[in-house]
Amino acid sequence: MKDRLNIRISGLGGQGAVTAAHLLAMAANREGLYSISNPFFGAEKRMAPAESYVRIGPERIYDRGELVYPDVIMIFHPQVITMQKSYTAPFYDGVKRDGVIIINTTVDLLTEEDHQRLEANNNTVYHCDATGMALEIGGTELSTNMAMIGACAGLTNVLGLESMEAALQERFGKKYVASGGTASLDEAIKKKYAKKEMLLKANMETIVESYGRARKWAEENNLVMAAV
Amino acid sequence: MNKKVDFENRRILGSKHLKIGETSRYHKDQVYTDPHEIFFEAETKPSFVTGSEVIRDALKRASLDCFVAYPITPQSEAAALVGELFAEGYLGEYFRGESEFAVMGQCAGASFGGARTSTTTAGPGTMRAMENFPMWAGSRLPIQITVTCRGINSPLSIQPDTLEIYYLLETGMMVWHAESAQDLFDFILKGIIVAEQPDVHVPIAVCCDGFFVTHTKDTVNLPPEHMVLPPYDPYRSPVPCMDMECPPVRMMRDPFIMKSNYIHYATHASWQQEVHAAVDRSRKHANAILDGLIETENLDCEILLVSSGTAVSQGREAIRLLGKEGIDVGLVKIKTLRPFPKEEVLEATKNAKHIIVPEFNVTGWMAREIKSIIPNNERVMEGPHVCGGMTMPSEVIVEEIKKHLGLAKKSD
Repeated sequence: MKDRLNIRISGLGGQGAVTAAHLLAMAANREGLYSISNPFFGAEKRMAPAESYVRIGPERIYDRGELVYPDVIMIFHPQVITMQKSYTAPFYDGVKRDGVIIINTTVDLLTEEDHQRLEANNNTVYHCDATGMALEIGGTELSTNMAMIGACAGLTNVLGLESMEAALQERFGKKYVASGGTASLDEAIKKKYAKKEMLLKANMETIVESYGRARKWAEENNLVMAAV
Repeated sequence: MNKKVDFENRRILGSKHLKIGETSRYHKDQVYTDPHEIFFEAETKPSFVTGSEVIRDALKRASLDCFVAYPITPQSEAAALVGELFAEGYLGEYFRGESEFAVMGQCAGASFGGARTSTTTAGPGTMRAMENFPMWAGSRLPIQITVTCRGINSPLSIQPDTLEIYYLLETGMMVWHAESAQDLFDFILKGIIVAEQPDVHVPIAVCCDGFFVTHTKDTVNLPPEHMVLPPYDPYRSPVPCMDMECPPVRMMRDPFIMKSNYIHYATHASWQQEVHAAVDRSRKHANAILDGLIETENLDCEILLVSSGTAVSQGREAIRLLGKEGIDVGLVKIKTLRPFPKEEVLEATKNAKHIIVPEFNVTGWMAREIKSIIPNNERVMEGPHVCGGMTMPSEVIVEEIKKHLGLAKKSD
């Protein structure tokens, strides 16, 4: 891979954007790469804008804070675009040339002008039905973030499924102390499953499905993000 | 410049009250270990954790007698994690305060009582508690406080901003500024050791930038969990327990605050000087234990980037980017803000033509600190600085340096 893969995740409070970033960074760490993840949010409340950032690279990373020039942008919720719930305007501001934008949607949310600008910058837009996959495979929309990181891994081809599974085990398989909001969501998702292993299994299956779809799409469309 | 002290021959031990090799009084799996062994000899294991988790991991090894908690972002997670430590039996006491002001008072009480005491705070909490910090210092209480910096102004901001550090600088505490989670771990434990030296014995504030360190997952090398610092030995305190009735010199029966005679003024004046001298005396210990009060890279460059905290990290990335364009920039990272490494900075910057000082605050206090001690201080470029929780991308530092050098148009 090249020097750095910068991933910016824009979502809404409660969607697991912060957890998603942590998982991607943990997976990269397991791949033997350097990684850093950090969140950015205001008050911890549902539906409020929440962003998180992942930096992955072959050498030690010092850079931190808001990611102003991302290679990959992930949009977890349509309102990030339609209601401008992001820390940059427009949501793709600063995206690098040849960068990829993954949007959790089944319909096109971009304006004609957006398309023109992204095309001029040689950016790829990938629609990922993450909430659909989460409901269908994970059994709850709380697994949306799993489908999104699966798509990210599938398109960028930098992280493997094995390390993603290990990261998932580390995050949900043992006791984890987080902020009040995250802790209550952790509890909520655990209650949806009789056993923790079932939670891990359903989430992993969501990741695998989304990863597979994204990989296939990348191959069909000659997207070579591994060069990133 | 302060001479480096050979840490090996300056073992922290020396008191018969210390119990190296004995089982911790709090947790049966932990053993009091020579700090030298923990810091320099123990085999470390890489761990991928957040800064909040690192505060827990450090205090787990600190043989802490007392921790007082009060929630404020971005330190709430750390305070909660230390609560978990208490539940698991790793520290003596843990309780919640009513406000930051109360917390710092409670810390003072615990420390007066001879307990190794720690707390965490941030932003408006630091400001609310402010009156207590000179009180701690004047009372010579070696309390360890971790400050996870955030905005302090209205409108309210929870995002990283280092303005609160400026307010801490003249409290009479030692103030160290961690760049990364690794620094945070090291500075917390090493800070306790330095703060408790009899010729120092003042509080220590270990500052880090909120979110950029506390909420960022990063790789940190940790020594084994069973190795813990030897316990605090209150008999090494250079002063008896002090309060209004028991001032640093005993010469009256009425409260010390009364302006009874000349010796009152003289005592207050000399005691203030003594507290600041104690901070100054910490140099030799900090020098040895931190391997210098500053870290430097490529000092032969004409352009030097000088700062502390994560502004240094952003600077390191900017230096990489500029290097690719053939512009060489050196680095000075300041670890201790109090005592300020005056001699070291003077020496490190003596040949620099341009001194760039990136900062995460609106006033640029670090640039002022540097300007106040170096000759030809027009060499200092104040900034770039961002504030109110904004990020400082390394690309922005690159642009600002280029503008300063006349390599880019001002209107860019």
